[in-house]
Amino acid sequence: MTLLLATLVPTQLVRLSPIDIAIVIFYFALVLSIGWYLKARANTSEDFFMAGREMTAWVAGLSFLSANLGALELMGWAGSAYQYGILATHWYWIGAIPAMLFLALVMMPFYYISKTHSVPGYLQLRFGESSRALSAVSFAFMTVLMSGVNMFAMAKVMQIVLGWDINFSIWVSSLTVAIYVTLGGLRSAIFNEVLQFFLIWAGALLIPILGLYEAGGWTNLKLQIAQRTSEQYVHLWSGLGSFSTNPMGIHWTGIVFGLGAVISMGYWTTDFLVVQRILAAKDIRSAEMAPIIGAGFKMMVPFIVILPGLIGLAVLPVKLVPESVAAVTGGHSYNDVLPLMLARYCGPGLLGLGVTALIAGFMSGMAGNVSAFTTVWTYDIYRPFINSKGSDHHYVNMGRWTTIIGVLVSVGTAYLVMQFASIMDYVQALFSFFIAPLFGTVVLGMLWKRATGPGGFWGLLCGTLSSIGMWTWVKLDPSALRYVALSPDAKGLAQDMYQALWSFIVCVVVTVVVSLATKPIPDGELNGLVYGLTEIPAVGDVPLYKKPLFWAAVVAVVFFALNIIFW
Amino acid sequence: MISIWFFIGISLAVNGALILAAGIYELVSPPVNPGVVLFHLHANVWWGAALLVFGLIYCFKFAPKRQS
Repeated sequence: MTLLLATLVPTQLVRLSPIDIAIVIFYFALVLSIGWYLKARANTSEDFFMAGREMTAWVAGLSFLSANLGALELMGWAGSAYQYGILATHWYWIGAIPAMLFLALVMMPFYYISKTHSVPGYLQLRFGESSRALSAVSFAFMTVLMSGVNMFAMAKVMQIVLGWDINFSIWVSSLTVAIYVTLGGLRSAIFNEVLQFFLIWAGALLIPILGLYEAGGWTNLKLQIAQRTSEQYVHLWSGLGSFSTNPMGIHWTGIVFGLGAVISMGYWTTDFLVVQRILAAKDIRSAEMAPIIGAGFKMMVPFIVILPGLIGLAVLPVKLVPESVAAVTGGHSYNDVLPLMLARYCGPGLLGLGVTALIAGFMSGMAGNVSAFTTVWTYDIYRPFINSKGSDHHYVNMGRWTTIIGVLVSVGTAYLVMQFASIMDYVQALFSFFIAPLFGTVVLGMLWKRATGPGGFWGLLCGTLSSIGMWTWVKLDPSALRYVALSPDAKGLAQDMYQALWSFIVCVVVTVVVSLATKPIPDGELNGLVYGLTEIPAVGDVPLYKKPLFWAAVVAVVFFALNIIFW
Repeated sequence: MISIWFFIGISLAVNGALILAAGIYELVSPPVNPGVVLFHLHANVWWGAALLVFGLIYCFKFAPKRQS
């Protein structure tokens, strides 16, 4: 994302017609109307923070995916596909699908049975207040900062793509999110995320369809890409045997163990931003089905994100360059590929829908951040540590005010980033420090009954500190990357993979050692929290095609087939 | 409560109608310089029509009266 913003060249990529502007205005009117309509259904804390726990599997699943499907993700990964080829797909397939299925089948029952309101809430039940405090404070702080960083990033993109004033973009989008989340709480955020999911697909799907038509089909597209770049741009795995034989400078162990086994597991199973959507499901079957539905659609996202980047490689008459070069030469950067493809194929009306898709993607991500922040602040910081005797109405009001304050802090962060761009690098790095160790703590808590409160706390703390230590080491001495990522040929992305892997291992080792050295928690206190001591409720007497396990198997088969087809 | 799918139906139907209208206008009054590749496919006509039909189906199927 930093790369996405490095350029400050005020070039306007597309121009909107009146009908395009009408489509954008209609979108804002609709999301505000939904928030207003749902205002009457957000009177209790269960309604406001958990959407009444009445979401169907489809609504929870699409919202779960949509909260992650931000505009910067769409544009950033389309740019990565142009830069690195089909390798970027790993972040959608092995970097998401196994984790989503693991969440559905292994972890979700514990989240759901414990009736926790949040991931830090689960840590409190399993490991005690100290682990919850560490997790909640870091999550709340980083979420609201990340929201601000994304806000500035989106405003910058709107300036570059549409020529819109940065202040206008920041205030219009943030106030809209603030209004509809404050009015309707999580239910409003979820409803709008599902709407945004459809708009993203409606606005972006035409690009790969027309692009493949122009390129003459997939086979011709691959030939054209190979001619303009190299054969490795269209292979997922065959070039990953060495750091030097693929455009990304990464080894398959980094992709499988760093990305697939740690980073994606950490993000999709413990980041409350996405997990909160599943906790709002109406029953255990819906809670298990939701991530599986999300996984099914996640596998298709490369069609609207990666494929446009690859098509850009083949059909665009200009060669896109890194941001640093574009900033000097005035040319287009890798990250401009999606707007360029939008402008290439989409005339009046379609362009408005495409731009609306980008705005919708941004707002769904921001609403996700704000609603998750509000819940963690109210349930895991304010109620246990500041005021534990408030009425239900009091906590709902606290939630509404926290939403407004969270948005204002985000806006403040956005303006801070505008003044000091380097803050963005630090905020993103800080956020990544917590993900991998948190997964280690939560998964050990769920699967190993011997894990104790001190073990969980010290494991989480040491894992996080080790991640910060590695990041600082490479920042001070870039050549240290050869030690962190195990090869002198490793590039930047490899650092994230191996840094996550090592910090996860540190977390697990420290948790195990400290747990074995401390007094075990009695089994009776772990009922409903740990595998082996919890009776997992059956999904009911339903036919095979309604069982989560069946659909997880279907998704897994398609996942393996896709990896083999594009090997 | 009004179903979320009804709101989605409204969104797709209105967007589809606007895009279809823009496409038909371009069809009967083609611009001198279309500005887009594959203009001859008139994507806004069939894509707008598809969104409109899809949206109307959702509006009808999940209309508040039918749900209640």
